Amino acid sequence: MNNSSIAGHPLYQLTKIRFLEFWREPEAVFWTLFFPILLATGLGIAFRNHAPDVIKIAIVESGSKSQSVASAVAKNPGLSAVICDEQTAQRALATGKVALIVIPLSSDQVVYRFDDTNPDGHAARALTDDSVQRAAGRSDPVQATNQFETEAGSRYIDFLLPGLLAMNIMGNGIWGVCFPIIDARRKKLLKRMVASPMSRTQYLASFLLSRLLFLVFDISILVGFGHLAFGVPVRGTLAAIVLICIVAALSFSAVGLLISARLSTNEAASGVANAVMLPMWILSGVFFSARRFPDVVQPIIHALPLTAAVDALRSVMLEGAPVVSLGSELAVLGAWLAVSFVLAVQLFRWR
Amino acid sequence: MTLMTAADAPLALKIRQLRKVYEQLVAVDSIDLDVYTGECFGLLGPNGAGKTTTIEICEGLLEPDGGTVELLGRDWRTQAGELRQLLGIQLQETTFSEKLTVAETLALFRSFYRRSLEVPELLRMVQLDEKRDSRVGKLSGGQKQRLALACALIGDPQFLFLDEPTTGLDPQARRQLWDLINELKSSGRTILLTTHYMDEAEKLCDRVGIMDRGRVIALDTPRQLIASLGVEQMVEYATAGATLEPGVLAKLQGVRAVSSLGNLTQLQVAELHQTLPALLDTLAERGIPLTELRTHSATLEDVFVSLTGRHLRDE
Ligand SMILES: Nc1ncnc2c1ncn2[C@@H]1O[C@H](COP(=O)(O)OP(=O)(O)OP(=O)(O)O)[C@@H](O)[C@H]1O
Ligand SMILES: [Mg+2]
Repeated sequence: MNNSSIAGHPLYQLTKIRFLEFWREPEAVFWTLFFPILLATGLGIAFRNHAPDVIKIAIVESGSKSQSVASAVAKNPGLSAVICDEQTAQRALATGKVALIVIPLSSDQVVYRFDDTNPDGHAARALTDDSVQRAAGRSDPVQATNQFETEAGSRYIDFLLPGLLAMNIMGNGIWGVCFPIIDARRKKLLKRMVASPMSRTQYLASFLLSRLLFLVFDISILVGFGHLAFGVPVRGTLAAIVLICIVAALSFSAVGLLISARLSTNEAASGVANAVMLPMWILSGVFFSARRFPDVVQPIIHALPLTAAVDALRSVMLEGAPVVSLGSELAVLGAWLAVSFVLAVQLFRWR
Repeated sequence: MTLMTAADAPLALKIRQLRKVYEQLVAVDSIDLDVYTGECFGLLGPNGAGKTTTIEICEGLLEPDGGTVELLGRDWRTQAGELRQLLGIQLQETTFSEKLTVAETLALFRSFYRRSLEVPELLRMVQLDEKRDSRVGKLSGGQKQRLALACALIGDPQFLFLDEPTTGLDPQARRQLWDLINELKSSGRTILLTTHYMDEAEKLCDRVGIMDRGRVIALDTPRQLIASLGVEQMVEYATAGATLEPGVLAKLQGVRAVSSLGNLTQLQVAELHQTLPALLDTLAERGIPLTELRTHSATLEDVFVSLTGRHLRDE
């Protein structure tokens, strides 16, 4: 009997070949392991804590009136002004080169022209008006001082990193299962496998198991990198993070099994997988808070597995939440796991 | 096996009224077949005859639309798990994972069987010892076929299904594989193979079923099938310009049957030494020039042609 040793056990063998097939595909290794680092680095640099942006405005040329607006604005380090004729100013506004046009009418009248839907326009108007009014002699009755927030845990990179981790687990879970299965079906390898006395459940389970192995990389790379490079805090226990990642990886792999249950071309699988993942990239709050979406869709958003994974990881990493407080997120992930796996086993086409 | 009469051996495979329909196409049309324990049975037929469909139903990979299959005294519907342990299967086309080595592939398949051959022993049998650690993607076509055969053999099967085991191989690789299959036969395994090479069926098979359009149109030992033609030689010729009418040809001495295949005329001949001079004389008399002439002894191919009027393979 071969099954007496671990090495001869079919589940060990099946999981092992999953692992070998992955390692021997350099592109897959690159995209799985290094892409998230590149993404985190890029976004980390883009949203690093730098001096606040300078907003550009245009002042329409009108002799001394435009000069006095310009000298008033020059006192505000948040603004940078150019003086030009109205046509040039209008073009600059239309192409986004300036956020606001100032049209001085007389010494006590000025018109601000800006795009009402552009947040920079509003900021520019407020800052410019502030400078103009003060230069004209306005006094501020309330004294205000600024405190700048740069504490670890409240920056964009802190918000982003748990989301990236969850997204990575989703992508790897779904692609990592879909592609090998579709490939095996296309090559008739799947048919050859079931012609042998292999257990079909073990075959499917080997995909889930191998995903758990890869999770070691997913977690250590993103969490380790975020912590070392950006000082992203890990306030909860590592055990809690690992637990959430395991449950998330299992349920995304099960979704991957379900997607690949009947398809036999890579094109079809890519289409379906993207159709499944794209809404979650947008809705689940990886890059910006999911609370921005209307209340009516919130129940749907919260039923998505990526939302559950993102929320749970954020709570643990940023707020140090204990596992017991994550019941609803784990329940959502568990439900996706159970339903997808059972459906996948039922629907799976072995030929 | 040749000493034992077929009826003495117990049945390894019993097919009754087997039917498989795809949309309007009847792929397998109510066939009956018996394969005896220890024999090598060949299904011979042209493309689309229904060989793969038949063999895959026997392998438990396809559901029949009608009829029954009894394999090693067991039934697929109730004893599938047990049957899988006893069978060795080589599908018509399988591409094994290219990233794995030969040894890793075999170790994987080996883990599924309760009883199995050792990997080194198997590698020796299929002459892949030197390729043990090569990636499957780097093997030649013949080596891949031998790997597929090794995967079929790893569970030390009682019954071996081989669907076109030598298709796409060069003549030398085919002969090597024949030797191996003959060895397997002598180790007492029952083999069901499909092929469209008549020489392969003649060399390997104790009995042959000729399939065409979903039916078994002849079934016997290769020798008996050829003998059933009642002729020893086939004459094929082509002429330029005019032809001889079939009526004239049929009256030539020793001619049993006349058929035409494209621009070739084929004569089934009992006594070549009488027919050939007569044919040449007649052509010369009428001033018809020969462009091609060949003769060969009758083969299974000729059996197929005489049954269907078509060739096994369109070459
Ligand atoms: N899944 C399918 N759907 C529809 N028709 C099919 C299917 N599989 C096979 N057929 C048809 O059934 C017929 C028999 O096919 P089968 O594969 O059994 O032939 P074969 O004898 O093995 O041919 P070959 O020598 O080319 O392998 C063919 O006409 C084929 O087109
Ligand atoms: Mg076939």
